[in-house]
Amino acid sequence: MSKARLATIWLDGCSGCHMSFLDMDEHLVTLSEQADLVYSPYVDTKEFPKNVDITLVEGAIGNTEDLEKVRKVRANTRILVSLGDCAVTGNVSSMRNTFGVERVLKHAYEETATLNAQIPKIDIPLLLERARPIHEFVTVDVFVPGCPPDAPTIAYCLDELLAGRTPDMNKYTRFGK
Amino acid sequence: MNPGVRVKTFKIDGLDVAGREDQTVLDVATEHGIPIPTMCHLEGLTSVGACRLCLVEVVGRSRLLPACVTPVEEGMAVVTNSERLQNYRRMLLEMLFVEGNHICAVCVSNGHCELQGLAQTLGVTHVHFPYHYPDRPVDASHSRFVVDHDRCVMCTRCVRVCNEVEGAHTWDVMGNGANVRVVTDLNEAWGRSETCTGCGKCVHVCPTGALFEKGHSVAEMLKKRQFLPYLTAMRRRQ
Repeated sequence: MSKARLATIWLDGCSGCHMSFLDMDEHLVTLSEQADLVYSPYVDTKEFPKNVDITLVEGAIGNTEDLEKVRKVRANTRILVSLGDCAVTGNVSSMRNTFGVERVLKHAYEETATLNAQIPKIDIPLLLERARPIHEFVTVDVFVPGCPPDAPTIAYCLDELLAGRTPDMNKYTRFGK
Repeated sequence: MNPGVRVKTFKIDGLDVAGREDQTVLDVATEHGIPIPTMCHLEGLTSVGACRLCLVEVVGRSRLLPACVTPVEEGMAVVTNSERLQNYRRMLLEMLFVEGNHICAVCVSNGHCELQGLAQTLGVTHVHFPYHYPDRPVDASHSRFVVDHDRCVMCTRCVRVCNEVEGAHTWDVMGNGANVRVVTDLNEAWGRSETCTGCGKCVHVCPTGALFEKGHSVAEMLKKRQFLPYLTAMRRRQ
């Protein structure tokens, strides 16, 4: 059987879920026998490829670039996994939501800056009014809550998906774990 | 048992059970080890049926009934865990999550929260409704305690324990709909409350991290509830 095509992507999150992925340690070797990592912060592919079997998406949708990326992921992925609380609930990324973009930017780049205080505007994506979970924009197939989901949780999820089964994530993880 | 009290026999999930006429469906289910999820209910406080998580089906009734305030009846047939009930319970939990700002990962009650625990037990891995992200205040004016309204689910346990057990009635409810919230005195800052005795009972009955003691960081706030059954048992004896 040919290897599955696996991808991971990091949107509005802290990369903690990707760190947790690396924490799978020797299980990564087992995974590499069953799947090729075709796109990820771990590899150097620039463009999201076509015909991906499984994509793990970390992070909420916080800016216009996140939104473009997640739509591209959805269009080219068979099974989209919402990985971690930011992707699933908005989590810490969504804590800015009650204040509004203008106030958040002003506070971060002007009020608390000590040198050359200014709000960056060139060559960066615009923040959306609110950071929101992925499934509010695209269809998600599997939800893996946790902050971050631990390595055994990610391993179980991927093993089940690679075996063609639907993982029951509630046994392994919950919001905030 | 008081000789004047009558016993009712009925069925829960097909099991023959018996309860005193002054008991609720939840009381009898609990005695028989039949799990019904609850949140606003707490042994030792008056039940108010606020959270609706304990809704059950009673055969022959079109309406769902909250088990914590439904008295037992002779011959009734109760269903506690149908697919319909499970769907409603998940929906209720999801509505609680979107209505407030529940960021479990940075909450003092992470790992000890009843809302978080129920989500896992009842199979909520995500919510189907758009989050509201309401702008809710945090009151840290009390010298020892904090109320973070972002995490409040309006179970009103704090209101009841303060009134019924401590006898201070510092807490009450203000507003309605999405704007409803618990308040101290007549919506005064908690630290300026003239009625609060500082006993902390409200903090320890709170199911989430909405009420907590100062000095606790993420996941450090353990609620101690042993006092409640003890106090109610002692008072009953008097």
